[in-house]
Amino acid sequence: MRSRYFTALAVAALLGSGMLVFAKPPAGSGSITGKVTYTGTPPKMKPIDMSKEPSCAKQHATPVLTENVATGPGSALQWVVVYISAGDQGSTAPSQAVRYDQKGCQYLPHVLPMQVNQGLQIYNDDQTSHNIHPLSKVNAEWNKSQPPGSPPIDTKYDKPEFIPVKCNIHPWMHGYFIVLNTSHYAVSGEDGSFDIKGLPPGKYTVTAWQEQYPAQSQEVTISGSEAKTANFVFKVLPY
Amino acid sequence: MGKLFAAVVFVITLISVAIFAMHTWWLPIDISTTGPAVDRQMNDTLIGTGVLFLAGQLVLAIFVWGSSNRASGRKIKIFPGGATPLVTAAIILVGLEILTLTFVGSKAWGAIYLAPPAANSLKIDVQAEQFAFYFRYAGPDGQFGALHPDKIDDGSGNYFGLDPANDIAARDDIVVGSLAVPVNRPIELTLHSKDVGHSFYVRELRVQQDFVPGLDIPLHFTATQTGKFEIVCTQLCGLGHYNMKAYLEVMPEDQWEQWLKSQSGQ
Repeated sequence: MRSRYFTALAVAALLGSGMLVFAKPPAGSGSITGKVTYTGTPPKMKPIDMSKEPSCAKQHATPVLTENVATGPGSALQWVVVYISAGDQGSTAPSQAVRYDQKGCQYLPHVLPMQVNQGLQIYNDDQTSHNIHPLSKVNAEWNKSQPPGSPPIDTKYDKPEFIPVKCNIHPWMHGYFIVLNTSHYAVSGEDGSFDIKGLPPGKYTVTAWQEQYPAQSQEVTISGSEAKTANFVFKVLPY
Repeated sequence: MGKLFAAVVFVITLISVAIFAMHTWWLPIDISTTGPAVDRQMNDTLIGTGVLFLAGQLVLAIFVWGSSNRASGRKIKIFPGGATPLVTAAIILVGLEILTLTFVGSKAWGAIYLAPPAANSLKIDVQAEQFAFYFRYAGPDGQFGALHPDKIDDGSGNYFGLDPANDIAARDDIVVGSLAVPVNRPIELTLHSKDVGHSFYVRELRVQQDFVPGLDIPLHFTATQTGKFEIVCTQLCGLGHYNMKAYLEVMPEDQWEQWLKSQSGQ
């Protein structure tokens, strides 16, 4: 009787561990790199007046600019999230949490991608209170006050969503949480470049998301450990 | 014991009056053309109430001192009843004082809130929101763009809800977080609120006016001294109310014009 019980337990354990192995996505070595640029005249980013919050104002030698259309040299467009919107196998969230900082009365980074159920830690590095308010509609909405020296807020989102984030105290503070179903994503840098690594062979839809302009998609097929290129061009308007 | 109490009342009264008479904690400097009238009114109020305070407290002290050794058993007059004439007289006296202050003071108040702004006033729009003030200048074309509350977007710095894509007048509007004005020039503010009730208060201007969501409230002043002064919200407006402030910068006219030019370049 006893031995049968142990056998059953051992079989269950074996099955369980086997399922874990199969649930893991096949690791790939394909990649999609590219550059996000714009055509047209982008709107002028406005300087942010932080004089009412001296502890933040003094952290910036020159005024910080709004970041809704952040551009770089060579018509580069920054803060564009490029991600696999279809064709991905899906994967469990990494155990490593992503970090979001409130520093100098700014959200750093301006756009933070993460995976569904991945840990999110929000820090207040300032000498002033912040009240972070992610304006989620699909996930549960909340806002939390963080006086200086507070421990980080530990949270996560369980559904994919593009969430604007604002501070209930400093109206100019603005950012985005990008909660994705995929582990394959990248954010365009100051030079507009992005790099999505670790793709197994497959047919993918790659989507580029920018906070102010309509998202764009491309089909990309990866065979073997191919390195494919996908560029995105956003049409921008001065107003 | 009664004599000690009388002495304490006497000393406290004298110290209180001395603090006011010596201007120990006095009003901040006045930088506005309408300020002197407000300060005069404040002074008259303090003298009127101060004299009554001094008289009342001294009479109290004298009575306590004089009655301290009397044997008990005296009948105490209560109201209503034996004390009615005394109480009535006190109500009439205090009432008359308050009415007089109101009538005299309405002149100072009217000069600020009822008089129309000067014809050559510089018009500036003010948007209050949790928890900051924003100021809008018409820009080189001298025209304010129309306001569209649905277009308000803090993330792109559109605090007023301008529509520059379709409204040419809005394109050169200058929106900043500090109120810079030329000295000795009449200023006409229009106060808007994005969300809840706020208040515009600059103590040195002796001006205080609430923002009411949905209303465009005019307010005018003329600053007579250059310098940097604090604008604070004096209407409890939420969590960050303590943090809601901006700065008023009064500049010489030429310096202000340069400042405005530098802002419109951005």
